[in-house]
Order: sequence, then C-alpha cells, then structure tokens
Amino acid sequence: MPKWFTPVAFICGAMLVVSPLVIASADYESTMGLVQKIFYYHMPSAWIFLIASIVCGVASIRYLITGDSRHDRTALAAGELVVLFGVLTLVTGPLWARKAWGTFWIWDARTTSSLVSWMIACAYLILRRYGGPGSEKLAAALALFGMANVPFIYISVNYWRTIHPATTVVPKLPFTMGFPLWFCVITFALLFVVLMKLRVRVEEQQARVDALYLSLDDR
Amino acid sequence: MIRVAWLILRKDLTVEVRSKEIVYTTLFFAVSCVLVFAFALVREGRGPEDGAAGILWIAVMFAGNLALGRTFERERQSETLRALLLAPASRPAVYVGKLLGILVLLFGAELLLIPLVALLFQARLLSHPFWLTAIMATGTVGFAAVGTLFAAMLVRARSRDVLLPVLLYPITVPVIIAGVRGTATLLQPELDAGIIRFWFALLVTFDVVFVTLALWTFETVMTD
Amino acid sequence: MSSSLDFDRVTVDEVSRHFGRRRAVSRVSFVAPRGSIIGLLGPNGAGKSTLLAMLATLLRPSGGSIRYGTMLAAEAPPQLRGRIGVLGHDLFLYPELTARENLAFFAGLYGRRDADDAARAALTQAGLADRGDDLVAGFSRGMRQRVALERALIHDPRLALLDEPFTGLDEASTSALVARLQRLRQSGAAIVLATHDLDVAEGLLDEAIFLREGRMVDSMSRPEGLRAVYRQAMTGPSRS
Repeated sequence: MPKWFTPVAFICGAMLVVSPLVIASADYESTMGLVQKIFYYHMPSAWIFLIASIVCGVASIRYLITGDSRHDRTALAAGELVVLFGVLTLVTGPLWARKAWGTFWIWDARTTSSLVSWMIACAYLILRRYGGPGSEKLAAALALFGMANVPFIYISVNYWRTIHPATTVVPKLPFTMGFPLWFCVITFALLFVVLMKLRVRVEEQQARVDALYLSLDDR
Repeated sequence: MIRVAWLILRKDLTVEVRSKEIVYTTLFFAVSCVLVFAFALVREGRGPEDGAAGILWIAVMFAGNLALGRTFERERQSETLRALLLAPASRPAVYVGKLLGILVLLFGAELLLIPLVALLFQARLLSHPFWLTAIMATGTVGFAAVGTLFAAMLVRARSRDVLLPVLLYPITVPVIIAGVRGTATLLQPELDAGIIRFWFALLVTFDVVFVTLALWTFETVMTD
Repeated sequence: MSSSLDFDRVTVDEVSRHFGRRRAVSRVSFVAPRGSIIGLLGPNGAGKSTLLAMLATLLRPSGGSIRYGTMLAAEAPPQLRGRIGVLGHDLFLYPELTARENLAFFAGLYGRRDADDAARAALTQAGLADRGDDLVAGFSRGMRQRVALERALIHDPRLALLDEPFTGLDEASTSALVARLQRLRQSGAAIVLATHDLDVAEGLLDEAIFLREGRMVDSMSRPEGLRAVYRQAMTGPSRS
C-alpha cells in the first residue's frame, strides 16, 4: 500500500465518526427541522455517486480502447462504489423527501435519472458476476452505453415532469450550514478514495496470483 | 459494406421464411402479452385512460427481447456467428445485417399489434398515421440497435437469456419514455404538434447516437 | 497491397494463450509453408482448437506471434481473413438453407462476384451436385462435412484450417476427404489440421506436431510409425 493510505484512511475514519457531531452543531433549518439534517449525508452521497459513475465510465472507455487490465480493475471498483453510494443516495433521499414534500418518491428528472443509472450499475455488476469469462469487455461496453444514456434519460424525464428543488440551495446556505456540508463532502470523498484503493488492490493481487499460476506452467 | 449487410439480411429472411419459427412465436407472444394486459387492466369494458400506448410499447419490447434472443441463439448453433466474423466483411456490416433482420420482424409485429391494441382498448391509435409511424419507427430502431449489439455480445456468455433483458431495459429507458409519451400524445383529442415533435426529435437523436456507438464498439466487443 | 496478402508461409513463433489462470497453449512454434499439410496431434484439451482459432485470427495470442508471410495478424487488414478458410468442429452451416444456398451465401460474403457459379462448382467438388437443393438439415454427417469443407474453401484460401475433419466419417468419406486435401495441397495452399485419427494422418501429413496440455512435446517431418511416436509423446514425463 502506498504511504499515504494509512494516514488518509485514519483521517477518513475519524471524520466519519465526528460527522454526526458536526451535523448536530449546525443550525436547525426553519421549515423541516431535524429531518433536514439527512441532507448532509444525502448531498455528498449523491455527488460521490455521480463521480464514481464518471470514473467507471471513463475507465471502461479506456479499457475498450487499450485493453489494459488496469482500467478494467478501476472500472470494476468504481462500479461497485456506484452501487454502494447509489443505495445511500436513494435511501437518504426519500427519507428526506417524506418530510420535505410529503411523499417518499417523486418521478422527476433527477431522481429518475439516478434510479436508472443505479440500475445500469447493478446490471454492470450482474454481468461481470454471471456473464462468464470474457465479460469484462461486455461490461465495459455496457458502462459506455450507460454513460451515453444519461443525458437522454435526464432530458426525457425532465420534459415529462419536474419538481426537484433548485441546485442553488448550496451557495445560499449560511456558514453554519455550509461547514457541515463541506465537512461531509470531504469525508465522503476520502471514503471513496480509500475504498477504491482497497478494492483495486484486491483485484491487483488477484491478477498477480493468476500470473503466478500461469508462470508455473512455463518451461 | 451494404452488400454484406444485404446478404446477411436476405439470408436471415430466407431462413425465417422457411421455418417461420421466430415469426410465429414472437407474434403469438406479443398478442398474448396484449391479452394479459387486457385481462389485468380492463374494467367494466373500458381500458385505462392512457393505457393503450404503454401496453403497445411493452408488448413490442417483450416480443423484441424474445426475438433477439432466438435470432442469436440460432447463430450460436453450428457457430455460424463465428463464421460470419471470420469472413473478410467488415464487422459493422454484420451488425447492420442482423439489425435490419430484427427490424423487419419487429415492424411486422407492430403492424399486427397496433390495430389489435386499438381495438381491444378502444384507443384511436390510427388517427394520426404519419406521426404514429414516425414514433414507432424511430423507437423500434433505438430499441433494436441496442438490443442487437447486446444480444450479439452475449452469444458466448453464460446466463445469456436472462442477461439480455437485464442489460437492455435500463439502457432503453429513454426509448420507452419517448415512445409511450409520444404515442399517448397521439391519443389526445387535439394533437399538440410541439410535444410530438419533441419526442420524435429525441428518438431520432437517440437512434443516431446509439447506432453510431454500436458500430464503433461491435468490432472490439466481438473479438477476443 | 494485395500482394502482401499472398503469403507463402505461416510462422507460429512461441505462441501462448491463457484464459484466466488456465494455460491453453504454451510456447508452440512451427512453420506452415505453401503446399504442405501440417497435423496437430494430441488428446482432448491439448490446445489444438485454441491454436487453430489463433491461426484463424479469432483469438489473439497472449504471448508470441503468428505471421502470415511477414505480416502480423494485428497489422493485417480484414482482407487477410479472406485468405484463410476454416472448417470448425461445428461445421458453420445453416441447417434451414439448402446446400447451394449455404455455399452461395458464403461465396458472396467472401466477395466472390460469381457466387452462384462458385456454389455450383463447389457442389461438384463435393460430389453433391444432385443434392444441391436439399436442406442441409437432412444431410448425413459425411455429406454435411463435405459441404462444410467446400464452404471453407470456396474463396480459394491460402491457408486452410481444419478442426477434427475426420470425426464421424466412414471409410469412403475419409478417402474422399484425403483426396480432396491432397488436391488442395497440390494447388499451393497451406493446410493445418487437428486430428485424432493417426492412421489417416500417417499417409497424409508432411509434418506432425504433438501437443499435450498446451505444450509442444514433439514434432516429426514425414511421419511414419505415428502410433508409436504418439504413445511415446503422450506418456513421456510431463510437468503438472
């Protein structure tokens, strides 16, 4: 493991543990009260969900073009994290929405796009797991198609209906709301980096073991 | 390139005309689908308000899924897909040939399904034939384009029967949305040209983007 | 450009191929010049089919290289595939089409403008001119094999690859196939075939390559007494 890993992992862990306290110290939001604090986990999850999807998509394209397994490993790790952070986002979102708008789920552009993207990521993992040998390339093609799809899903659902709150919520927040948010964003970002590194490393070790097996056969 | 695609299309049509297996099973399945929906959703002799559009598209997609699976299963026996890939023909030409075959089949199914759905659900589907054709055509092309690539990709994979819908449906969500909403718009008493034009444009863009992507990736994905 | 596709030999150099952890082919080397028949001999799982697939450009080697003349498969244009004919284990025939239609389809696919004439000629070569309009589904194994072979050769390939072509054939069909292959060799093609049938191989091969667990354990020019050599090669010391 590279030198930076242990300190970063430690910091990340510490921040995670501390985050509820940081969130608790933020001001109450006037209309939604306590439940609004889910927002501090929901927003960062959503951002990391998005970033992980982009990482997976780009790595898949690079794998399709170059055939280098490193990109494939990155894509796999990122794909798993898309599913993980997707679950976090899709669970915290409705919990917040229930209090904010009175219903658990709303069919608007952003939520629907997230759901479909999450499903594509799940399909990606299912393909890798059950597709048999050679499914790495197929999965990469799926990831590429998934990425290309995002604007279409967004536009089509958007035209169909729209209710999600405007993105300008973040800049308008007073500092006491801003700090916990950025704190959580950094925490989740570090978490993403740590998990990616761990996962990629497992795959690298696996590849090394396979190579060892193969070299046993050489004259 | 076109010559090869045409050869493959002609071969597929000849094979199909001889056995008629895929045609019969797909059509029958599509009709059964519609009937199931009818039994599930028709209440007091009337179907749900906007239901006809959704039911039509669902039947097309389920039938399409079946047809795709069967077409490539056939190529898997005797490994003829391998033989196609061995030919000096450009690989994208093989893709186009197979795609055209699937389109012929699906268009044929739609010719049967549209009147059937219109009848069973008392939906005035045929009131704007030009737009209906436009929406059905572009939507079917989008679905088939992605479906042909995925089905070809999965020919050598395990669990290919179940994996095809798992992969195909999430990716074709925009087609479902645009197709159904577009068709539903046609059922309204007054045609809102702006809406229908939007859905049509979206479908055309989708088709262009995804057929291009499929042509680019077909070679890479089919070689080991 | 097309002249470089008229290769005079195929050179297999230290070629390996693995699938995950399993090594299917391990550092095999040989040369297949024009007008020769090379045999790949070995038990099931020895790597013969994998090697043939690599020669057909369907699989890329994990190590080593295959050169057609001086050209690597990776550098070659798609037209290279037009100089290679493959008869696979699974025959590559559409059962719902007639023999003539199968042949004409593949002739067209391989760019022969006179597809129908080519199909007719191929049917005659196969000795099936009178059965040309019958569906392949109704053919016996031997007849299908004959059609499949002509299909593989319909575009005059420079390199012919045959995977277990003698499997399931009776005496008469086997002799016919041997004769066909000898005619093919005469016309200047390079032929690489994988087979279990040592008796047939003995009279036919210019060179025999013995494969075991993906490795080349022996090779022999103008092989004689194949059975003994084979037994020796397969039961000698191995590493596993």
